[in-house]
Amino acid sequence: MQCSTSSWRISTPSTTYGRGLRSLSLATIITIAAALALVFFYAPLDASQGFVQKIFYVHVPLAIVSLCGFVFGGLLAIGYLRTGDRRWDMRSYVAIHMALIFGVGGLITGSIWAKASWGHWWVWNEPTLVSFLIVLLLFATYQPLRFSIEDPERQSRYASVFSIVGGAFVPLNYLAVQLATAYVHPRVLTLGGANLPPSMGLTFVVALIGFALLYVTLWKYEMAAKNARSQVRRLRRTLLGDDIARPAGRSAAPS
Amino acid sequence: MSLVVAAAPPVPLDSTAGRYVAAAYIVVLALVLVYVAIMAVRAQHLEKELAELRRDVEAARAGGEADPEHEAVLAGERRSV
Repeated sequence: MQCSTSSWRISTPSTTYGRGLRSLSLATIITIAAALALVFFYAPLDASQGFVQKIFYVHVPLAIVSLCGFVFGGLLAIGYLRTGDRRWDMRSYVAIHMALIFGVGGLITGSIWAKASWGHWWVWNEPTLVSFLIVLLLFATYQPLRFSIEDPERQSRYASVFSIVGGAFVPLNYLAVQLATAYVHPRVLTLGGANLPPSMGLTFVVALIGFALLYVTLWKYEMAAKNARSQVRRLRRTLLGDDIARPAGRSAAPS
Repeated sequence: MSLVVAAAPPVPLDSTAGRYVAAAYIVVLALVLVYVAIMAVRAQHLEKELAELRRDVEAARAGGEADPEHEAVLAGERRSV
């Protein structure tokens, strides 16, 4: 949105993130409800792990959606570097922010599953766990990186480069783990396909779609909120002058 | 609802496995709820900012600062919201 205090002319951005949010939210609720129904009513108990294996249907989709979210953030950051439009930076920021939340969910549920199955909350010599933690910690530095740079242009540029490099690291990391020797973590999803019976596979796919929809819904929700806030601030700045409506301090979020 | 409850498989909450599964699902639910709560607080702040903006605009109007072009811009903003 561009503002001109001298002529009161305000050009509002054509992007409206709230469009389709209601139907998307409804689709998310229905899919997640269907996934839960399939998990507890349809999917059979695992022969070796029993009831504890039900954690698989939340833990793995959360981890997959989180990793895809980091890649998505990197792709959106390319948009910023190509165009210089700060809306791409905002999209990338929110994508990584959401992916971090999903990643923390995946980490906690995985830890609970590990305790139930292996008797330990964490196993340090397991490549799958440690590599996921490395990716999560890498992206946990994204916000402090942004916060450490005061100049908005430089902040967006450096954060975009970081997102692209981090996003490229995710598939490489996945490949490295697949090629590593497995220790205790089950290899259900491999490069050759999924090792699941059809009933469990269907349940897993529905849960994965449900969490992917949840990610997209929350991303749009957050974008709509940030867009509305930004518009209000710019309007205020236009009407009352730059100094009154300027944010109080520096922020990690794109303004 | 009672049919669903009747048809539901027994969840072994009295066993260790059941408690771990419940904990994992509660963690996911809690994460979503905390996120929604944070967003609700942010929405409240936005509403406050909007109310302040409305007051400021009305004050500016009352002071005779508004001009026809400004009015047209504000009307356009209202339509786009």
